[in-house]
Amino acid sequence: MSMKPKKTGGSSFVELIQNNSVPIMFILICAVCIPVSGFSPGYLVNEIMTRLGRNAFLILCLIFPIMAGMGLNFAMTLGAMAAEIALIFTADWQVWGIPGIVLAMILSIPISVLLGVFCGQILNRAKGKEMITSYMIAFFVDGLYQLLVLFMMGPVIPILHSTLKLPRGYGIRNTVSLLHMRQSLDNLGAIHIGAVKIPVLTLVVIALFCLFIVWFRKTKLGQDMRAVGQNMDVARDAGIKVERTRIVAIVMSTVFAGLGMVIYLQNMGNISTYSSHKQIGMFCIAALLVGGASVDKASIRNVFLGVILFHTMFIVAPATGAKVTGDSMIGEYFRVFASYGVITIALVMYEMKKRMAKGKIGQQLQLAQREEESQ
Amino acid sequence: MGKTANEAITLGNKTKFRELADNFGLPRLIIAGFLLFLFIMAPLVGADFTTQLTNTINRFSWNAVLVLAMVPMVHSGCGLNFGLPLGIISGLLGGTMSIQFGFTGGMSFVMAIVIATPFALLSGGGYGWLLNRIKGGEMMIATYVGFSSVSFMCMMWLLLPYTSPTMVWGLSGKGLRTTISLEGFYDKVLANFLQINIGHLSIPTGSLLFFAVLAFLMWAFLHTKAGTAMTAVGSNPFFAKASGINIDRTRMLSVIMSTWLAAVGILVYQQGFGFIQLYMAPFNMAIPAVSAILIGGASVNKASIANVIIGTFLFQGIITMTPTVMNAAIHMDMSEVIRIIVSNGMILYALTRKTEGAK
Repeated sequence: MSMKPKKTGGSSFVELIQNNSVPIMFILICAVCIPVSGFSPGYLVNEIMTRLGRNAFLILCLIFPIMAGMGLNFAMTLGAMAAEIALIFTADWQVWGIPGIVLAMILSIPISVLLGVFCGQILNRAKGKEMITSYMIAFFVDGLYQLLVLFMMGPVIPILHSTLKLPRGYGIRNTVSLLHMRQSLDNLGAIHIGAVKIPVLTLVVIALFCLFIVWFRKTKLGQDMRAVGQNMDVARDAGIKVERTRIVAIVMSTVFAGLGMVIYLQNMGNISTYSSHKQIGMFCIAALLVGGASVDKASIRNVFLGVILFHTMFIVAPATGAKVTGDSMIGEYFRVFASYGVITIALVMYEMKKRMAKGKIGQQLQLAQREEESQ
Repeated sequence: MGKTANEAITLGNKTKFRELADNFGLPRLIIAGFLLFLFIMAPLVGADFTTQLTNTINRFSWNAVLVLAMVPMVHSGCGLNFGLPLGIISGLLGGTMSIQFGFTGGMSFVMAIVIATPFALLSGGGYGWLLNRIKGGEMMIATYVGFSSVSFMCMMWLLLPYTSPTMVWGLSGKGLRTTISLEGFYDKVLANFLQINIGHLSIPTGSLLFFAVLAFLMWAFLHTKAGTAMTAVGSNPFFAKASGINIDRTRMLSVIMSTWLAAVGILVYQQGFGFIQLYMAPFNMAIPAVSAILIGGASVNKASIANVIIGTFLFQGIITMTPTVMNAAIHMDMSEVIRIIVSNGMILYALTRKTEGAK
């Protein structure tokens, strides 16, 4: 490599652009949109800070399945549903503030574990098709969730307060207010700098989670996970319980998604009972990919870059669309299109790279064979 | 030899039910049983049987072509076409343009298909080209290609220069409405053709005939040389390559056929339903079609016309029957929840079958 420094330098620059094409594209979009939208920098920074606290934890939980080679975990919504169920109970028992948040987190864990094990077992039966399967699991469990919340809560599972219930007497209302819990985590020890509110405690929690991930990568389990992600057969030969490791990865992802969802919802201040969890998976995955992650590689750096870039686009797109075309809906649709488009591009690039790598290995084998024959 | 002997013994030990369940698939058995139960329950709880049957047949006629669109791609090994919305969008473009250009009545339906065709061919071609570059990961990418195209068209419906007063927002005079009534255009043009009415039972003969023609053409195509080649590519690509079949071209052809059928399918759906639904509506149209064909007995890489017919009937039967029967019996409308669990559970079941879909 050191023999041709010029060439490698050139190609590595091209490679750098190629590998980071999605973040670069988003930086360009933001660079165009921010001045047009006309938001003040203070407002923009404040909004981004809020969204960072709200979303970073949720996105971080996607890292575990990627480590285990299971791709993007579209079934992280399972954790979100577990958190919503837990929060409905805490709201019903009227435990508010920080104790309420802690109680909801604790309650969500067993539900998340249960759903995670279920999800992991199904994914083990669909190796190589994890993403589409996890995507369908999210839909399937949404059906079960609706069955539970819409029909069982009330007649089967006791709900004390009728304010939570639909007028017909059973089932939970479309919105559950968390007014007394709203931003209690964010406000505790928050620092105001100008117009910007920094939710210190939330950021500390996120930082602790990051530290946990860094530490986890170095543990035996973390190493096993990465080995499974590299090559399942080799890992199995090395004595790693592949199936179990994969289930653990999904369970961890689901549990942390549940905790993340509690943080998310305490910031929002209310639960849209039947829709809060639906978009979460898509937006988190899109944000992670915008940060430069791919289906088989993601780091903490990607998460933070992704949150900032993706949500900047999210904030400025409607305003920009309204300024340019006179119709605010254009911007709304544009940001949905951008999220889906980013996921599409990332998936296509991943599959193409996989095929190219396969082709390269084939060529190398051929070359080696030919050399052997000529000798 | 030893293996087959073993298999024979295990088969012998199995009860008849197990055999049936294995051949037909347990979920399908449950769903068919559930529908049978609904049909028996319907008169008991006081729902009119013939009305129920009419509704089921009607909904069958709306959806069958969309389900038929799954067949070519499954045959060529591209998996289930989660990218159905792409074809649907071509159909929507055809329908709206046909109205915009001033066609009315039956002519507007014919012109809608004619106008939709080039869009379907173009987008299907591009989509096929993309799927050829990412063999093995088709289903996930298909899903997101569908989603991106739907959300892209959301912007286009607002921006494209449509002017027909029946379609644009009345106040601003531009941008298409979310739902457009087809009255005076191709509302029920197929359904009313040769419609049979016996008491409460009415059969939309024209729609069923239209589907029958398309299904027959599909069946005939699968028995031509090109059709056999398609099946070969799906079941064994190496064999197909060895026997001189151009794999990429065959796959591309299947994707284009699928996209075109989806475009026609949505137009048939609209003529039955009576409205054009734009914006986010095509979003959730792939999953019902996918699960319908799976309920009919298809798998990720095997599908026949019979699967389409049985599957659409079972799926639509459950959708139409559950609300009425459930409401009458226990005064709870659980149909939506049951639909979600059944359709997505069916797809999950198909994806996790070890023998199927593993390439």
